[in-house]
Amino acid sequence: MSLAQSEHPKGPLEFSAKAKDEIKHHVAKYPDRRAATLPALYVAQREFGYVSPAAMATVARELDIPETWVREVATWYTMYNKVPVGKYHVQLCGNISCHLTGADKLIHGLSQALGIKPGETSKDGRYTLAEVECLASCGSGPAMQVNDDYHEHLTVEKALKILRDLP
Amino acid sequence: MVTETATVPAPAPALPVKTVRVVSRNWGKPNSHTLPSYRDSGGYKLWEKTVKGQGLKPQELIDTVKAAGLRGMGGAGFPTGVKWGFLPKDNPKPRYLVVNGDEGEPGTFKDRYIMELDPHMFIEGCMLSSYAINAHVCYIYLRGEFLFQVKRMEAAIDEARAAGLLGKNILGSGFDLDIHVHRGAGAYICGEETGLIESLEGKKGQPRLKPPFPAVVGVFGCPTIVNNVETLTHVVPIVEMGAEKWKALGKNGAPGTKLYGISGHVNKPGVYELPFGSTMRELLEFAGGVRDGKKLKAIVPGGASCPLLLPDQLDTPLDFDSIKKAGTMLGTACAIVMDESTCMVRAIARLLKFYAHESCGQCTPCREGTHWLAKMLTRIEHGEGREQDLTLIDEVANNIMGNTICALGDAAAMPTISYFKKFRHEFEEHVKTGKCRFGEHEVAPRQVTIGP
Ligand SMILES: Cc1cc2nc3c(=O)[nH]c(=O)nc-3n(C[C@H](O)[C@H](O)[C@H](O)COP(=O)(O)O)c2cc1C
Ligand code: SF4
Ligand code: FES
Repeated sequence: MSLAQSEHPKGPLEFSAKAKDEIKHHVAKYPDRRAATLPALYVAQREFGYVSPAAMATVARELDIPETWVREVATWYTMYNKVPVGKYHVQLCGNISCHLTGADKLIHGLSQALGIKPGETSKDGRYTLAEVECLASCGSGPAMQVNDDYHEHLTVEKALKILRDLP
Repeated sequence: MVTETATVPAPAPALPVKTVRVVSRNWGKPNSHTLPSYRDSGGYKLWEKTVKGQGLKPQELIDTVKAAGLRGMGGAGFPTGVKWGFLPKDNPKPRYLVVNGDEGEPGTFKDRYIMELDPHMFIEGCMLSSYAINAHVCYIYLRGEFLFQVKRMEAAIDEARAAGLLGKNILGSGFDLDIHVHRGAGAYICGEETGLIESLEGKKGQPRLKPPFPAVVGVFGCPTIVNNVETLTHVVPIVEMGAEKWKALGKNGAPGTKLYGISGHVNKPGVYELPFGSTMRELLEFAGGVRDGKKLKAIVPGGASCPLLLPDQLDTPLDFDSIKKAGTMLGTACAIVMDESTCMVRAIARLLKFYAHESCGQCTPCREGTHWLAKMLTRIEHGEGREQDLTLIDEVANNIMGNTICALGDAAAMPTISYFKKFRHEFEEHVKTGKCRFGEHEVAPRQVTIGP
């Protein structure tokens, strides 16, 4: 999916039946519907690709809570992508333990090889590169997270191979 | 795009035979994360007995944990049984047990191993603790990045529920308990217990002013106990063997066992279970010593927020009280080792960038101070430092200390003060010469901001 294709229409977004069920299941865990905001935003991110204002409005409607509550949360947490990201969101840890074991070299190397700086998305929409904080892989760093998956003990070569082998 | 398919090859943590194996006793066994495997080693017998009223009664459980001297493993080291005792006796509202699995402190990676390799022992710990404090709902809060661990915990909880160990009227006892996993979304401050509670309620994770403490007003306005993953896992062996026997596993006056992590410039980084109170030297030996035969420069003993421990302090026992006497903190007991090639200015500049990024912005000293410090330290690191920065660093850091709602402010100030005091000459040299003696850095390109 290219970035242009993934941009949301101006009109309202609808959750699939499966997504609605999932959100119901989350709501049932808490005495207060508002508590399901974080899990519902994850469902929205998966369904709609990223969390646009339209997606936030859909979450608010589904949870029957004010839209401002949802916006406040969606914009405060870093793991909700407010703009479309590449097919692979490559998140490299730059914190202390990884820093000591070669994170800068890794970030530098990947940045050069992919032709994008941290924070940017490659033209073909395949990769978004980001430097993130500690991933709790400090004993097996340097580490990166690509979408939901962790990869550890990295070198530039190893990381590039992992990325290029992805479908 | 989030695909929610997380797969993580759980890297086998380094576990030399000489370590003690109490909370890590099942790690490395085939399928150690499944119910049959946990049952094979006698798992859940304690819970079955307890919930049927044939074991310790709730107050006896609290007393046992108190007598064992178990202290919080999330960083602050508060006595667990004492905290449980703070729950109001006459409040008719439901009580909640909330588990802190945010594991965001840089350098810390111990709780994830418990969840990856033995989720059931952790769940049994949650069960016994919920029973002790009479909670019928327990939430496990996991950091957003931990999708693999979220899935592993949910699978284990489902297994336990299907076996009748959770749910309504457990094993005909009349006791109800359910456990839910709540996934965060990328914010270090949600590890602070009141920030975590806000986040669990579906809000921004901004810490609350205390008092009231969570034990009185916690999640959903109800009395709540917040404990770390490791803390609750230790409850199983404590109840199993009794306070006295468990205490005797420790060393140098500290009780029981402890999961220590070690990362950075060592040969065998990993998580090691050792007698609580083992020394820094012993931990370093288990980790195979400093790598490449280099000389040790400094150690951050328990996550990035701790002041430094120097090579002449290696015989310090790693327990809450001894390490305090050495001028630092046990924190999460996950040590970060730095060898002689480490530039201390770079290290602290990187850390301050982290704190500035993670400050929730509620308190001026933390919000402004961390950014100011990060700016000055980065400037010095890049050889553009000014003479007056050297005085300002100390001043700004000291002005944060003790002047904020939560401990994140202190967590940024303490290492700054410590690195600056112990390696002042390196800061001065950077300013004076505009150069770094540790060589040209492979400076990572600066992050451009994503989105609005
Ligand atoms: C900024 C900040 C971050 C924290 N992060 C964590 C964390 O990731 N995990 C954790 O268990 N405790 C963390 N804590 C400590 C908690 O506030 C709290 O003390 C702990 O969860 C209590 O559990 P325990 O008594 O079992 O240690 C953090 C504290 C602060 C101030
Ligand atoms: S000290 Fe920092 S992180 Fe903590 S509440 Fe204040 S601004 Fe937020
Ligand atoms: S410092 Fe990189 S994973 Fe912790």
